[in-house]
Amino acid sequence: MTPETPSTVTPEVAAPVGRRPAQPPSDTRPPPRQRTPRSPRNLQQMDVVTAVAAAISGVSLSWLIFGVLTNGVGWFGFLVVSFVLFLGIFYVATYDRLGRLAAVDRTITVAVTSGMVVVAIPLILVVSYVVIRGLPALRLGFFAHSQSGVTPTEPATSGGGAHAIVGTIEQVGLALLLSFPLGVSCAIFLNESRSRLRRTVRIFVDAMSGMPSIVSGLFIYATLIIPLAKDSDLFSFNGFMASLALSVTMMPTICRSVEVVLRLVPDGLREAGLALGSSRARVVWSVVLPTAASGLATGAILGIAREAGETAPLLYTAFGYNAMNWNPFKGPQESLPLFIYRFIREPLESSIQRGFAGALVLMLLILLLFGIARALGRDRTKARRRRRFHPIHTLSVALSPARGRA
Amino acid sequence: MADGVLSAPGLSTVPPGRPGAGRTRREVLRQPGRIDRLFDRFTLAAGVTVLVIMTLIGVFLFYQSRHALAKEGTSFFTRIAWQVSVYPPKIGVVGLLFGTVVVALIAVVIAIPLGVTVGLYIAEYAPVAAKKGLQAVIDLLAAIPSILFGLWGFYFLSAKIVPLSRWMTTHLGWIPIFHTTADASLTDSFFIAGIVVSLMVIPIVASITRAVFAQTPPGEKEAALALGSTRWGMVKTVVFPFGRGGIIGGSMLGLGRALGETIAVVFLLPQVPVVSRQILQEGGATISGFIANRAGGNPFTVSGLMAAGLVLFIITLSTNLIASTIVSRSRSGVGVDA
Repeated sequence: MTPETPSTVTPEVAAPVGRRPAQPPSDTRPPPRQRTPRSPRNLQQMDVVTAVAAAISGVSLSWLIFGVLTNGVGWFGFLVVSFVLFLGIFYVATYDRLGRLAAVDRTITVAVTSGMVVVAIPLILVVSYVVIRGLPALRLGFFAHSQSGVTPTEPATSGGGAHAIVGTIEQVGLALLLSFPLGVSCAIFLNESRSRLRRTVRIFVDAMSGMPSIVSGLFIYATLIIPLAKDSDLFSFNGFMASLALSVTMMPTICRSVEVVLRLVPDGLREAGLALGSSRARVVWSVVLPTAASGLATGAILGIAREAGETAPLLYTAFGYNAMNWNPFKGPQESLPLFIYRFIREPLESSIQRGFAGALVLMLLILLLFGIARALGRDRTKARRRRRFHPIHTLSVALSPARGRA
Repeated sequence: MADGVLSAPGLSTVPPGRPGAGRTRREVLRQPGRIDRLFDRFTLAAGVTVLVIMTLIGVFLFYQSRHALAKEGTSFFTRIAWQVSVYPPKIGVVGLLFGTVVVALIAVVIAIPLGVTVGLYIAEYAPVAAKKGLQAVIDLLAAIPSILFGLWGFYFLSAKIVPLSRWMTTHLGWIPIFHTTADASLTDSFFIAGIVVSLMVIPIVASITRAVFAQTPPGEKEAALALGSTRWGMVKTVVFPFGRGGIIGGSMLGLGRALGETIAVVFLLPQVPVVSRQILQEGGATISGFIANRAGGNPFTVSGLMAAGLVLFIITLSTNLIASTIVSRSRSGVGVDA
């Protein structure tokens, strides 16, 4: 990069020119500015120095405000104020060096970048906090024992959450059975049919996926449990009612994520199928769905991951139970979120520790599901990359007649 | 042309005498076949199920709340207190509704700037190689269950925010909303609940704004840059105007989520309905948190909770409906998964 050469503006030219209208333009025009190409990504030493100096003075200034002039504010407030001051000082310093345009641009770049960092921090904090609190109370026995016969005064490591894990698996599994076919059909309706209702349904699916989950629990409670619980075990507090409530919130989740995947299926494939004379139903069944198979799996797993952590719909449906209940169709049942919720609210330290052990298990479960969903979603791009860079594979693909297929 | 439906010139001029000329040409069906009619009906049924479920939710919540609504009448919508242990019981939704709206507003005030910033960063500022990973971070933040945020907020974050609240009330107490009564406890406040809820709203706002910003036509962005604009100038003049609908709609969807946030709020508020300006001090309840907290109880209480749930349902439904309509109507929102 060439050193910056300030444009040599002579005083005559810089004088107000509006007063002398008779002058030909060629005389008043300043000599063409020296061009110094500057890449916006190219950080100079001076830029780094400015940023660091602004950071130091921001922190010092907020220390002056909170440490000397007024009483303390806690580290959270200190960080927030320091950052705001840093941005201000950084803006002023850059303004002085490079002018308003560059100052605004750079200050906003710094602010936007640190916004990303700020949002990533709570994620790390939540995950690490749950691990730190949950790990001491988590034993392998957690996966083998239930809480039956465990008194509250026993240490947190006695007993376990096997009954809760079983409950979660059964309830979420049943909910998946109910909502997956419905969600996929709904996605097909939104993407493959030509109905006039599509727009309305899409908007309502969006609204439904943002519906508070406690409302779906209340809904099942109001519709089935209150009127029917007296006469039948099936419509009383049990795991099945919980899975019904869960599927009310799961169905739009699956529908939306599957619809996104269906949209990615190239139209050429559909048209090829139709041109060969197959019905639209056949095209969906034999062309669209197989092409989108990994996306369907991703949608299902994301649905599971979301529902496995839902607590609110279960309060009015599964109700919670301290011993193992294998039968989801009869009697109250525990699940991991309910387990956490019920133990955390007890005043004893050992109960709270049990709750955190459950929270750790739930978090690991969800991270695992999330990882599987990501891996499934990535398969396609990996295969494409391999095809592109592996010479023999590339050759075979180039020679094969089925090259046009996605 | 007597036997043909097709009228395209290349297809209808089959010279006589060539093989196949005597065959009647097959008609192009305008009507879908039997299987396709079944298929249409089946998928239509799946789509309509969504509408039916939503209607049923409203109808049954209303039906089960009839006791409370009949007994309380309009005072249900004007009373703050919720007293079921006195006779006759007095219940009202105003205190709950107030808390719901205040927590949601605090959450949204924090979450919208951060969410839009993150969406903008991923769409425009991040290195191309990092984009997918960053989106995964946002998705993961959305996947963490509410109950874990609640635990973390109650046991960890709350203690870190209290000094900030104390400083704000000491030095900015002349602003009405930052005022607190002397010696009031500053834990379990609307402010802290709002901060924790905002963490659950950010991923929603961020995902939608990112999707909308990513759809900005590259030609318009390049035109701005070619005219000598800085990156911020390009964002301000091209990306933001293009994505305005997405920003508004995404923010409203975030608001809808914040209004319905349940379990985290159960931990973070005492769940006693109040209407007060003092957002920094202990107190307050939200509809969803209150319903979760009072699970079980006598039929009248349950009926009142159903009525509160109905109010929540109507509010969130209308917020979300407006939001999705805005997103899908805007130029940028076509095809965005909002």
